[in-house]
Amino acid sequence: MKKIQLLTGLFTVLMCVLVFHIEAQNPKGKFGAFALTNATIETITKGTITNGTVLISNGKITAVGTGITIPQGTEVIDCKGLTVYPGMIDSGTNLGLSEVGSDPRTTDFNELGEVVPQMKALTAINPNAVAIPVTRVSGVTTALSSPSGGLFPGTAALINLHGYTPEQMFAGFEGVVLNFPNSGRRGFFDRRTDEELKKATETALKNLNEVWERAVQYHKIDSATQGKNAGYYPEMQALLPVVKGEGTLLIEVNAAKDITAALKWVKEKKVAKVVLTGVAEGWRVVDQIAKSKIPVITGSILELPTREYDRYDQAYANAGVLKKAGIKVAIRSEEKSNQNYRNLPYHAGFAVAYGMDKDEALKAITIVPAEIFGVADKFGSIEIGKSATLFVCDGDPFETKTQIKQVFIDGWQIPMQSRQTLLYDEFLKREPGLSKK
Amino acid sequence: MLIKNGTVLTVTKGTLTETDVLVKDGKIAQIGKNIAAPQGVRVIDATGFFVMPGIIDAHSHIALDAINEATSPVTAEVNEGDVVNPLQIGIYRALGGGVTAVHAMHGSANAIGGQCETLKLRYGTLDNDALKMEGAPRTIKFALGENPTRVHGGGNNIVPRTRMGVEFVIRQAFSQAKKYSEDWDTYNKNKLAKGFRGAPPTYNLRLETLAEILKGNIIVHCHSYRADEIFMLLKVCKDFGIKRIVFQHVNEGFKVAPELAAYGAMASVFSDWWAYKFEVYYSTAYNAAILMKNGVTTSINSDDAEMMRHLYHEAGKTQKYGQLSDDEALSLITINPAKQLGIDSRTGSLETGKDADITIFKNHPLSIYGVPQFTIVDGIVRFDRANDPADMRLMPDPKQNMDDVYFRDKGRDNCMDGTEFLFGSSAEAGAKAGDSLSDKK
Repeated sequence: MKKIQLLTGLFTVLMCVLVFHIEAQNPKGKFGAFALTNATIETITKGTITNGTVLISNGKITAVGTGITIPQGTEVIDCKGLTVYPGMIDSGTNLGLSEVGSDPRTTDFNELGEVVPQMKALTAINPNAVAIPVTRVSGVTTALSSPSGGLFPGTAALINLHGYTPEQMFAGFEGVVLNFPNSGRRGFFDRRTDEELKKATETALKNLNEVWERAVQYHKIDSATQGKNAGYYPEMQALLPVVKGEGTLLIEVNAAKDITAALKWVKEKKVAKVVLTGVAEGWRVVDQIAKSKIPVITGSILELPTREYDRYDQAYANAGVLKKAGIKVAIRSEEKSNQNYRNLPYHAGFAVAYGMDKDEALKAITIVPAEIFGVADKFGSIEIGKSATLFVCDGDPFETKTQIKQVFIDGWQIPMQSRQTLLYDEFLKREPGLSKK
Repeated sequence: MLIKNGTVLTVTKGTLTETDVLVKDGKIAQIGKNIAAPQGVRVIDATGFFVMPGIIDAHSHIALDAINEATSPVTAEVNEGDVVNPLQIGIYRALGGGVTAVHAMHGSANAIGGQCETLKLRYGTLDNDALKMEGAPRTIKFALGENPTRVHGGGNNIVPRTRMGVEFVIRQAFSQAKKYSEDWDTYNKNKLAKGFRGAPPTYNLRLETLAEILKGNIIVHCHSYRADEIFMLLKVCKDFGIKRIVFQHVNEGFKVAPELAAYGAMASVFSDWWAYKFEVYYSTAYNAAILMKNGVTTSINSDDAEMMRHLYHEAGKTQKYGQLSDDEALSLITINPAKQLGIDSRTGSLETGKDADITIFKNHPLSIYGVPQFTIVDGIVRFDRANDPADMRLMPDPKQNMDDVYFRDKGRDNCMDGTEFLFGSSAEAGAKAGDSLSDKK
C-alpha cells in the first residue's frame, strides 16, 4: 500500500514536472490589454515621445502619449530605458513558402509555368514554418511573401507573423508579381553569349506583351458580359484586377536598361498601380524613376556591385541615392535562401552607413512599405487606432548590440522564443557535458 | 607611415584612446601616445577613427580560378596555390570591407579536397605568387555530409553516398598514407645498408600530402555541419594522431562544444546563416557565442564574396546573439582566424613587431554605422575610401561589353563551384529551378 502511495506521489510529482515543463517550453501568445509605460516612443509619423505610454487593447493601439491614465485590468509593462517602434515590414521574403531551401519537397514558392499569376502565396504559406518565430522575435512583424520563377510566378501576400490560418495572418495586401525580362546575367557561371542573352530578353518581352494583350481582351469581354461569359481563364482572372487598375503589379526589375524598358512598358500599357522591386541599378536611371512617380522596394542592400567597374559600395548606397531623388523607397532584405529576414534592420542600417538619412531608412522598413501596400491605416507607425503591431527594444534597432525585448502582433504579446533561442538555452551549458556522469 | 591619434583596438591588449601607430618596413614599429613622425613618413590623421587589426577571413573562395576538383572523393594532391588570380575585383572589394588576409579554399565536393592558400590582399600586384602569404602554414580542405555524398555517391555513383561512407573514405586515405609513409621510412632507413636490394616506393603526391597531415605539417580545415559528423572526424583525428583541426561552417558545433574544446579543435562559423539546406536546418545564430563560452577558439567567416565585405558586422551579431564583449566579438574576425590559419604570430592583433595589416574605421567596427576608411596591408595603403576612383579593375578587357550586368544567384553555392555538370544546373535550368538544386555552401 505504502509502495502504491509512494508511486502515486511520484507519479503526481512527475506529471507536475512534465506539465510545467511543457508549459515552459511552449509559451503561447497572449491577447489582452497592455500598457507600455515610461517608454521612448518612436511613432515614425508623429515624432518621438519620451517617457510616454502606449495602450494596447483588443488588438489596437488605443492611446499614445504622456500623462495617460491606465484603465483597470491592464497589464503594465515597464519600458523604462526602452523604446517602442512599429513592427518592421520586410517586403522581400518567401516566409512560409520555404522550409529548407535545397529540398523541393519543402518549398512552395516556384510553381511550374511561365504565366501563373493565379498561384496564390497565401494558400501555401505554412503558419508553422520554423522561420516565422525566428523572424518575429527580431521585431520583423510583417512580411510580403512572394512566389518566384518565370514571368508571372504568382500573387504575393502580406502577412503578419502570428496566426494559425491564412485568414489570421493576412495583413491586407496581395499583389501580382511580374519578373520583367532580365537582360542581366545570373552570375559568372551564366555563360550565354551577348546574342543569346539579347534574344532571350526579346522573347520574354514578346511573351509579356502577348500575355498582357490577352489580359486586356479578357478585360473587355469580362466588362461586356458583366463578368458572366468570359470563360474559365484562371491566369487572366488573376491579372484582371491589375488590368482594371485596381490591383497592384509588383515588377521585379534590376538592370538599368530593364528599368528603363519597364517604365516605358508601364506607360505604354497604362498600368495604374505599379511598384518596382529590386531596382539594383536604380541609381543609374534615378531621374527616370523619379519622373515616373512609381514607388520602389529595393534590396537586398547587402549586395555586390552589379558591374565590375562600379564603385565597391554602390549597392549599399543605392537606396539613399533613390531617396534623395525624391522616390518613395522601401527597403527589403530579400534574404530568401537563408531565411534571414531578421536582418532587415541591418539592411536599412547599411543604407544609412552609406548615405541614406536615418529617419528615412527607418521609414523605409515601416510606414513606407505600409503605404505602398495600402495598409498604412493599420501598420507602419505608432498611432491611435492602428493595429498593435510593434516591438520594444533597448536601443537603436539598426545596431547589432540592441536586444529586442517584446513583440506585439495585432495586439498579441508574442513569446520571445524561437527554435534558435531554445537551442541556445539547451546548449549553452549542455547537460551532460563532456562526461555523462 | 604614422597613424595619428586614433582609438586603437588592439584586440589582444585592450583599447587605447588617442594613440598612434607607427609603421616601418611593413611592420608595426611602435604603438603609443604622441609618437613623433619620422621625416618623410606619411601621416594618416585617425582622430575620431577606430584603428583595428586587418580582418581575416578563414573561409573564402576569392582570387581563385578553380574551386573544386570534383573528380575523386580524395584529391589531396591539388593545390589552390596553382590557380591564384590577382586580377579579381573581389580582392579590392574585400579590402573595402577591411579584410587584409583570406584563406582561399578548395570547395567542398570531396571528402578530402585540395590544399588551400593563405593570401594577403596585396591588390595591385599582377603576380599571383605575390598574393601568397609567405611562411603561412599549409592547409587542406576536408568536407563531410551532403556535398561529398551528393557529388560522389549521387553524381558519380561511387563511395561515399552516406556519412558512413565519408568516414570510411577518410580512414582509408589516412591508412594508405600511413603505409606509404612507413614504406618510405623503411626504404630510407635501409637503402644505405650494405647489400640492400629493394626499390623505393612509387612516388604519390596524394599520399605524400596526406602523410604530411599525419605528421602535423598541414592544418585540416573541414567543411561540416552536423554534430555527429563533427564528432566522427574528431575520433578519426584522434585515431591517426592529428591535432591541428579547424571545423568550417560547423553549424551544429554548439551541440558538441565540450568535445571540440577538450580536443583543442577550432571552429569557423557563419554568424547566422541557416535553412538553405537540410543539414543547416537545426542551426542557431547563438552558435558562435556557445562555442566561445565553452572555450572553443572560434572565428566568423564569409564563404561569400559579399558577406566578406562586412565581417565586422557579422561579428557584431554575436552581441545580439549571446552578448559577447567587444573584444570577444572582434577576436572572431582577427586573432582567432589568425590562430586557425597558424599566422597569429604575424597578424590578427595590433602589437609591435607584427605585420602592419591595419584597418581604419569611421565609427566603431561593431556598429552598423562603421565604415572602413583605409585598409593597409604590410604597411601599404591598399584601400582609401576617400581617394580611390570608382573603377579599380587592374587589367580591364577593352572588348568587354560595358552593358554586362551580373546579378548574383543567391542560391548558388561557391563551395560547389565546378560541380554544376553533375546536377544539370546550367544557367537555363537554374533560372526556373531557383534555389532548389543549386543550394548554398
